[in-house]
Amino acid sequence: MPLLEAAGIKKIFGKLTALDGAALTVGENEFHGLIGPNGSGKSTLMKCIAGAEVPTQGKVSFVNTDITAFTPTERARAGMSLKFQITSVLPTLTLYDNILLALQAQSSLFDLVFSRTRELLHDQVMTMLTQFRLADRAFDAAAALSHGQQQWLEIAMALAGKPKLLLLDEPTGGMSLEERRVTGELLQPIKQHCSLVIVEHDLDFIRDICDRLTVLDQGKVLASGTVSEIQANKSVQEIYLRRA
Amino acid sequence: MPKVMGALKKAIPAEIGGEADAAMESSAAAGQAASGRKVLPIVEGVVLVAALLAPLVLQDYLTVFATRVIILALFALSFDLVWGYAGIMSFGQALFFGSAGYGVALLARDLDITNIFLVLPAGTIIGLTFALLLGGFLLLGRHPSSVIFVSLGTLTGSYAADRLARGWYYLGGQNGIPSIAPMTLGGYEFSEGPAFYYFVLGILVVVYLLCRFLVRSQFGLALAGLRENEQRIAFFGYKAQHLKAIIFTIGGAIAGLAGSLYAFHEGFVWPNMVGVVVSTQVVLYVLFGGSGTLIGAVIGTVIIEGVSFWLSDNYRDIWPIILGLLLLLVILFRPLGLISFLLGERERVGSFDAVRKEKRDAAS
Repeated sequence: MPLLEAAGIKKIFGKLTALDGAALTVGENEFHGLIGPNGSGKSTLMKCIAGAEVPTQGKVSFVNTDITAFTPTERARAGMSLKFQITSVLPTLTLYDNILLALQAQSSLFDLVFSRTRELLHDQVMTMLTQFRLADRAFDAAAALSHGQQQWLEIAMALAGKPKLLLLDEPTGGMSLEERRVTGELLQPIKQHCSLVIVEHDLDFIRDICDRLTVLDQGKVLASGTVSEIQANKSVQEIYLRRA
Repeated sequence: MPKVMGALKKAIPAEIGGEADAAMESSAAAGQAASGRKVLPIVEGVVLVAALLAPLVLQDYLTVFATRVIILALFALSFDLVWGYAGIMSFGQALFFGSAGYGVALLARDLDITNIFLVLPAGTIIGLTFALLLGGFLLLGRHPSSVIFVSLGTLTGSYAADRLARGWYYLGGQNGIPSIAPMTLGGYEFSEGPAFYYFVLGILVVVYLLCRFLVRSQFGLALAGLRENEQRIAFFGYKAQHLKAIIFTIGGAIAGLAGSLYAFHEGFVWPNMVGVVVSTQVVLYVLFGGSGTLIGAVIGTVIIEGVSFWLSDNYRDIWPIILGLLLLLVILFRPLGLISFLLGERERVGSFDAVRKEKRDAAS
């Protein structure tokens, strides 16, 4: 049984059909890349899975539950998380507080009001920061970080609730080559407990990190399979050549 | 007009208004923030000392006026909590203020209940109940409600209450309920003057400290996240609408407490007290002083009320125009309110690690 199964997803904005029966299946502990030319519907499909958009038609199942109509909060509590394309860390707060904000999302009101979360979750905050190589800057304001570091902080925040599935929309956008390499390294260990769906333009990055790929074109699935299968696929080569 | 709207938008917390905040910082304030010096406690201390000394230097009739201002500052605090901290655009805060005022006036008139240990909790509970009902309806949908829906909903609630009070004979219609008996504590009657002033100031300080505790707790951290990006914290798994409804209800309770004090201090209640005029007034207090800082709400109330009092004495005919222009100037050029002359962005958003810091200092 797959972890995530989106089938027959249709999304229409006015006269524009962004998705026309797109599908995506992700297994447990699988890193899955979602690629395709600009305007192929990658981001829209991500949003439909994440709950930021409601599909016009189709069904999204997650851990054997139909979550198509779930709110973001309900999805998060079911074990799904996402990192937005635009960074949304709180710039004036410390890294520590940013992580804690994400970690304490399911804490009781009592623990929040009496600030018990700061004691209870301290070790987890520091573990997250260490894992993402940000521990020495724990008490700096997030605004002082480089762009790449802010992205890592954001990924750490998205992972705070121990999700079963993490959706990453362009995690390496605007990063240097070195930062991309480190991002790949940082993501590898989470495979033990989490699956990943990545929308990304950097095909080298995708090839290095993903197990399987789904290629979208004009709102439909063009191909889906392992990285080598996709690389050998004629029609995939065609659309990427056409774009070039 | 579009420019005014633009400026108003800037004054609305980040969730609604967007990125304007940071750009509006004066370099002086930014410098202070960078050096980590805390300005807020100093401002709070100065205001407290001034408030404690006021009756000693003011003439009697001015102490009565100052008492009214302190009560209105308590009311402004409730709005700052709701708007400045949770980003809920409540244009109907007077609904909770005025309904509590009417409630305690009826208790005094019909049941002869004036004991402060009964009337003040009663007023608080009335405010809380109305806020819980209205907030539950406006905020607790499955999906987040739009800013427009909430602001129009609260506005309509306040307007409807005003009309209801005007038309209802039992509530005194247009004239409201006059000559409410004074609040009592045992045999003591609270009449206007220094004792009433210090009593009200005491309540303001206690409520202020409670609010301060709340907004600096980890609950306050969640609120900071909420203001910045409601959808983001929903994706973390927060029940964002619940957080909002809780704050809205607490705000209603504080407004109710203020309303009951106001009714007894003035000795009468009238329909305006639940209506749109007073609802707007409290928005202006907080806008003027600076939202999301608590002390800004207090300062805004004191200055607006003080200036109107002075203007109405000295420029009898044109004072509302002067006051209006003054408010416009501040909103146009200091969308974060007067407090932003003193406070940097970082301090305004707040810090939530008071406990931790002490421990770190102790460890090192």
